[in-house]
Amino acid sequence: MIPRLTDALDFHSQALALRSERQRLIAGNIANADTPGYLARDFDFAATLRDARGDGGAAAGIARGVMTAGGKPTPVLRYVQPLQTNLDSNTVDMDRERGKFMDNALKYDATLRFINSAVRTTLDAMKSHNQA
Amino acid sequence: MSMLRIFDVASSAISAQSQRLNVVASNLSNADTVAGPDGAAYKARQVIFQSALMGPPGQRDASVGVRVSTIAEDNTPGRRVLDPKHPSADAAGYVTYSNVSPVDEMVNMISASRSYQNSVEVMNTARTLLQKTLQMGQG
Repeated sequence: MIPRLTDALDFHSQALALRSERQRLIAGNIANADTPGYLARDFDFAATLRDARGDGGAAAGIARGVMTAGGKPTPVLRYVQPLQTNLDSNTVDMDRERGKFMDNALKYDATLRFINSAVRTTLDAMKSHNQA
Repeated sequence: MSMLRIFDVASSAISAQSQRLNVVASNLSNADTVAGPDGAAYKARQVIFQSALMGPPGQRDASVGVRVSTIAEDNTPGRRVLDPKHPSADAAGYVTYSNVSPVDEMVNMISASRSYQNSVEVMNTARTLLQKTLQMGQG
């Protein structure tokens, strides 16, 4: 019973941890936009999350009811391919990094909302009908 | 809690960029200086950035901040202007000014202030996200 209650939250909490990891990485890229020789890095969010949950993916994981124990997903960092070369061999593309930063922030927010509504649904189910 | 590390990273960038702005300000204000206290003309200065791993020494994680490694002096010869009446003129009548290029410095200033703004934005976004994380399960 209890695992089934927390299964849905488990997936989102792993996604949330990964999102915050990516947010931190992009913040590091933005901070080093003017550092000579710095190579921008990023990781494949979808692939990392898939690895963290086993190959079946999220939906399959929930359907099987098999969850990997709340281990922290470990992303494999890769260097970003620069769109334009720079004289000081810095590969941070500020427009792209800012885009990724906002995109990631939005998705972090979305994941938070998923968690919130899952909690609310569970709480509603636990309430008795004559309670407001 | 990797989100909290964003504040360290962004603030390292902010302080590095403000140091850069500081150097630009001193270059610009010395653009027309004739001779410094040591008798030689002012030399333009340039900050050199270096990425730095954040976190306590034992447990550094992948977050990379930035710091100013050195402040380099530009050694190109200064501007020489023929002005024999000038009190600082040399025997040939030339006055040596600092080698600051105001155009370069203005470009540097704009670049620094843009990067500064970017880091502030990063900090604000991280703050909003963390605030929402704190309220998780309440809304």
